[in-house]
Amino acid sequence: MGAGRPFSSSDRNTGFMSTASSSFIDRRTVVDWLGVAPFMIFALMFLIVPTFYLVVGAFFTPEGTFTFKNIADLFTPTILSAYWISIKVSFASSLGGAIIGFALAWAIVLGGLPSWIRSGLLTFSGVASNFAGVPLAFAFIATLGRTGLVTVFMRDWFGVNLYSTGFNLLSFVGLTLTYMFFQIPLMVLILTPALDGLKKEWREASEILGASTWQYWRMVAMPILWPSLLGTSLLLFANAFGAIATAYALTGSSLNIVPILLYAQIRGDVLHNPNLGYALALGMIVITGASNVLYIWLRMRAERWQK
Amino acid sequence: MKMTKFFAWLAIAIGVIYFFVPLIGTFEFSLRMRRGEYSFDAYDSVFSDAAFRATFGFSMLMALLTIIFGMLLIVPTAYWVRLRVPQMRPVMEFITLMPLVIPAIVIVFGYLRLYNSSSYIPFTGSTFGTNVLLVMSYITLSLPYMYRSVDTAMRTIDVRTLTEAAEILGAKWPTILFRCIFPNVMSGVLSGAFITFAIVMGEFTMAALLNRPAFGPYLQLVGANKAYEPSALAVIAFAITWLSMGLLQLVSRFSKMAPSRA
Repeated sequence: MGAGRPFSSSDRNTGFMSTASSSFIDRRTVVDWLGVAPFMIFALMFLIVPTFYLVVGAFFTPEGTFTFKNIADLFTPTILSAYWISIKVSFASSLGGAIIGFALAWAIVLGGLPSWIRSGLLTFSGVASNFAGVPLAFAFIATLGRTGLVTVFMRDWFGVNLYSTGFNLLSFVGLTLTYMFFQIPLMVLILTPALDGLKKEWREASEILGASTWQYWRMVAMPILWPSLLGTSLLLFANAFGAIATAYALTGSSLNIVPILLYAQIRGDVLHNPNLGYALALGMIVITGASNVLYIWLRMRAERWQK
Repeated sequence: MKMTKFFAWLAIAIGVIYFFVPLIGTFEFSLRMRRGEYSFDAYDSVFSDAAFRATFGFSMLMALLTIIFGMLLIVPTAYWVRLRVPQMRPVMEFITLMPLVIPAIVIVFGYLRLYNSSSYIPFTGSTFGTNVLLVMSYITLSLPYMYRSVDTAMRTIDVRTLTEAAEILGAKWPTILFRCIFPNVMSGVLSGAFITFAIVMGEFTMAALLNRPAFGPYLQLVGANKAYEPSALAVIAFAITWLSMGLLQLVSRFSKMAPSRA
């Protein structure tokens, strides 16, 4: 996707390509560009070329002829259902994260709470948003697993057997609930500055003009906040979509989501076509890429109000 | 106003329940190894496991190497881009954001295809090569955090004036970089280092697919085979994350209070 980017500045007169191609070589310009060369080589070797290799490989057969068959093969029931479950889990956990995260951010910025709650929650969010992966799965197994704290508590005190009500931690609901543990703090961290940016004057002005609280939120605050809100939700979506460690430690390979399918494919070619694996990876890049591009665009809109 | 306060407390209460119940549950579960009473047996079992010490040490070493080589790559580049090629800044921003867009599993999949033992650069052909590749993959993963924290720290100092002053005093490039720029962006370097440490210690995908004996795959293995040890490990992992983030906050708060020396 961004493979051609490092050299795209060649249209500028200071560009690397134009310098190299002109007969007059300005020594200072060459030194300037040599300074970023190590980083560019690193990025090409360990980020851009490996990704590009998979993207290109998705359009070829193992024998090396061009084909759209790998992409077409993505639309088979197994792979489609994997994408569908992944999208459902990512969507549900980003929606849940957005709603609760927004409520928390609202509470600490506008709820009139003591200030130690604000700093406490922000510190905790910094930690919890980085507490993902395998240990997070352990934490939820110890809490909501078959012998977990909450499961046992519900059984002993209320006589409710969670697992007979159809709840299962190793399912769509369980995974969503687990993912929300790092989604909510991320939402709080990104949204708090946006809520801080709501100026008091706007609220006062709308009150003087006779607006109710509801009208203020619907007609003033929300139009300003929605790019941040939606943009951050998209970021959470991409975040959940690419995550694998938590799901793998939680469910093994019993829940068929895309990252786990790709993991199995890398390990043992379960799809019996290495290039179909490339197409699977391409599909992931397209989905996370699209939500990130939308996020960046929405953030640029949101920043108009934060100056 | 009363209603507002009520709903604010309600939101906080829901948040506290959601966040603390799993933590309490994990801790409680980790104490349940001995039947009928609470004990630290699970922790004993974890700490006396040789594989725990080996994988923990391996991941520590990898984290350390990632931080050192990552910073040696990023600080000079960020400095150079600010000083000499500012037109590259959007490109740098774009590249350093890419690891957030491309899932880790896709990146490592590319490595395995591109650098396998029959390729031109056979990183995965030897143990040493695979370790190098693992460190490179961790640098890639932490690129967004390291670059951003260093670049933010560099914004607060006047790179150009600092460089000119050093040049006038006769300093050569290594002196400027290591005795002038590095100490001034130390707060950024440190906060980038702490977050990198937290990421690398628990990382699973890269290490598992490159078949390296790191802490993340070890955690997964214990989780699949034991009952109480995983909870003890989760508590330990949470403590590590808490420690790194706590140090990060301390550093950023400290650097905010210190007057800019530029």
